[in-house]
Amino acid sequence: MKYIYYPGCSLEGTAQEYNASTQAALQAMGAELVELEDWTCCGASAAEATSHLLSMVLAARNLALGEKMEIDGDFLIPCSACYLNLRRVEDHVHRDETLLDKINEALKEEDLQYEGGIKVRHFLDVVATDFDPEDIKPLVKRDLSGLKVAPYYGCQALRPYTDFDDPQAPQCMEPLIQALGAQVHPWAMGAKCCGAALMTTKKEVALKLTGAILEAAQGADCIVTVCPMCEMNLEAYQGPISHAQGKDVGISILYLPQLMGMAFGLSEEELKLGLNLAITKEFRVKAGTL
Amino acid sequence: MMEQTSETLSHSDESHGLDLMADIQEKVQACMQCGTCTGSCPNSFAMDLTPRQLWRLVQLGEKDEIFNSKTFYLCSACYYCTLRCPRGLPLTETMSALKRLAAAQGISRYKQSSNFYGTFMDTVRRYGRVREMEFINRYFLSMKNPFFPISAGFMSIGLKLMKKRKIALEMPKLFGEGRFDRLFRKVEDLEARP
Repeated sequence: MKYIYYPGCSLEGTAQEYNASTQAALQAMGAELVELEDWTCCGASAAEATSHLLSMVLAARNLALGEKMEIDGDFLIPCSACYLNLRRVEDHVHRDETLLDKINEALKEEDLQYEGGIKVRHFLDVVATDFDPEDIKPLVKRDLSGLKVAPYYGCQALRPYTDFDDPQAPQCMEPLIQALGAQVHPWAMGAKCCGAALMTTKKEVALKLTGAILEAAQGADCIVTVCPMCEMNLEAYQGPISHAQGKDVGISILYLPQLMGMAFGLSEEELKLGLNLAITKEFRVKAGTL
Repeated sequence: MMEQTSETLSHSDESHGLDLMADIQEKVQACMQCGTCTGSCPNSFAMDLTPRQLWRLVQLGEKDEIFNSKTFYLCSACYYCTLRCPRGLPLTETMSALKRLAAAQGISRYKQSSNFYGTFMDTVRRYGRVREMEFINRYFLSMKNPFFPISAGFMSIGLKLMKKRKIALEMPKLFGEGRFDRLFRKVEDLEARP
């Protein structure tokens, strides 16, 4: 299976380990990723907060580049915010009949034209939908049966577009985690908000949301994430949250494809496990990577 | 001459603002005040106006009360309200539209949030992609307060990331042609058209 791979800006910086592990896990599963040539920022949450048209144009530029590549495959996007920004262009073009012309007039500056038609999909959608858990089981080379994993989906992979899972009670990660040989930590926080960019602009509010998620995950060995912002919010503030709550809510946080790669027998270096901010030594011993 | 320019600008900003407000009102025109949005919002505990109250004020065009509130800047775009609204209204988008209008009016109460988004877009305009450290330094500079990074709690996370070599110190380039200058100018032109 072939996909047009859009990594997005975070995956070049603070989420390098998500980039490396996504490529490694999918390669182990036999999928081919072709990186979008000359990709640029999707607009993040900032473009929408400054100009609606700009948010559409920045996302559509990348879609237009994908159309030019003439590859028979969907977009595959690991970052939930990038996914939503590219995913929503088509919907907005349908809702506003003047929008397509405006987008294409702006894109003339880049010698590009957006037509639409390529399907935009989240990494989680691809691994949960395009691969049968029964086909994943034979790839498992490392025993993770001692691990209890809390699946965290976050918001923008699930909402507002409900392409591949229940947007309020998602469960598509569970058969996958079980196919990897690990156990699922039962909880109701998988689709709750981590606070997103409020961690920068209104920290005290975001810390409350993140604190509730970390607390509910106690008893599990790790939380797996599918978004750079969720990952950062859950891993980087465990100290202050534990201090404020008067108890330790620390827990290992890693990206879903890192867990997949661990099961597939890949090394800590290949999965860049050393770059995560909250993976404990005990976790690595229990998982058998150390 | 300077005064004349700024007066003309503020006049056009004002009429642009009126257009934006009319668009925003249209989005929530069908709101029937059921409160599902408020019940679904993870951040409503921290808001001065609940989302339901905000939509009513938008319908009534009560701009003073709307822009005295921090409610729309507390939206973290989780899309629960949009998902659950029985009228199918684009509520998360409307929160963003209010952020845009507040930023366009340069209201000082929202300086921290609007600078955050504004400097992010400056980085995109210059490089096409976001360089996280360059952006964050740009944001600190925009706040014009040397103690801001410490008071806002950025130091410990920044040090953690540098230790992992995930980010490097990078000072923003403030002059010269940016990667997306032409594209951004074109979008501004298109938006200014009636």
